[in-house]
Amino acid sequence: MVNLIRKSQWSPYLAGAGIGVLSWCTFYFMQKALGTSTSFVGAAGAGVCAVSPEHVAENAYYVKEYGAKGGGFKPIFDWQMALDFSLILGAFIAAKLGGSFKKEWVPTVWSQRFGPSVGKRLVAAFFGGFILIFGARMAGGCTSGHGISGSLQLAVSSWTFFVSMFASGILAAGLLYGFGRGEGRGKEVGHV
Amino acid sequence: MFEHFFADPKTIALGAVTGLVFGFLLQKAGVTRYNTIVNQFRFRDFTVLKVMLTAIVVGAVGVYAMLQMGMIKGLSVKGAELAMNAGGGAIFGVGMVLLGYCPGTALAAIGQGSRDAIVGVGGALVGAAVYAEAYPFLSRTLEPIGKLGKVTFADVTHASPWWFIAGLAVVAIGLFVVLERHEKRANHA
Repeated sequence: MVNLIRKSQWSPYLAGAGIGVLSWCTFYFMQKALGTSTSFVGAAGAGVCAVSPEHVAENAYYVKEYGAKGGGFKPIFDWQMALDFSLILGAFIAAKLGGSFKKEWVPTVWSQRFGPSVGKRLVAAFFGGFILIFGARMAGGCTSGHGISGSLQLAVSSWTFFVSMFASGILAAGLLYGFGRGEGRGKEVGHV
Repeated sequence: MFEHFFADPKTIALGAVTGLVFGFLLQKAGVTRYNTIVNQFRFRDFTVLKVMLTAIVVGAVGVYAMLQMGMIKGLSVKGAELAMNAGGGAIFGVGMVLLGYCPGTALAAIGQGSRDAIVGVGGALVGAAVYAEAYPFLSRTLEPIGKLGKVTFADVTHASPWWFIAGLAVVAIGLFVVLERHEKRANHA
């Protein structure tokens, strides 16, 4: 057990099964499904609300996601917001115990393709994060809420999202990195 | 929005424990790495698919078993709005490749020291605010297209969910066997 916790990376099947069992627990103990992206709306709404409460109260989307039955809003810092914050801590503990914590501005696959510029990477990260959440909110969920929780419930919405997300990701990665197989065949799979 | 900012302490505590375990598992799975996620879409690393499909199959067996035994009251299915689900998914896929994390793994990546993930989360918060402004338009135009309600494949086909779960399990295990075989061969080459 101690050895397992000290390992920098687990078998994907073990970690995946763990996430599956975690979703049993959220259903059984909390009547909830794992999800992460709605809270970004709550956080953004709280930010906008600090400037203009009227604007938030009149916006159909904030009302849709956080509106309380008798008017006003439900708590923003709810189950999922707490989950989101402690994702950071959970991963920190895992990385520290496994010896894989590393301060890094530019991931290696990125720098091999686009160079070591931190600025360039951060612009892409900001823009990527922007459209990521825009897409997630449009679809009604992200890789957690749709991809895992929705798919395991056999939801039509979630599988539609899953297939579309994967197809688009393959296309985007092909356009950014090239569709060919080129160099770096170390982890390549399916090469004949 | 600030009158009732915090949910009750028990709800927050349960969310926090869930996030702790989820973040731990995501990091140990390796899916909090930009390289792992981007290389999935380049077919060079299948960790993301292995983690997700295992979680889906294991999760489905337990959740549907609990539902059948009356241990849970119901499911928590999101409404099918096919144009929104597919369109949002397509936009999401591009974002996931550019950022190299999804919303949950971006937060977890912050915990492992990935500084770019912090900026990505910043972009995500702005994206959420902009989406809220775009929503009234989208709800009039795209949302009504393919609106089927909160349905599962079992509902739509009137078949037992276990057929789908069994099918998924067979496909997943078959895929895993093929992938492991290929990876072993690639490592020896």
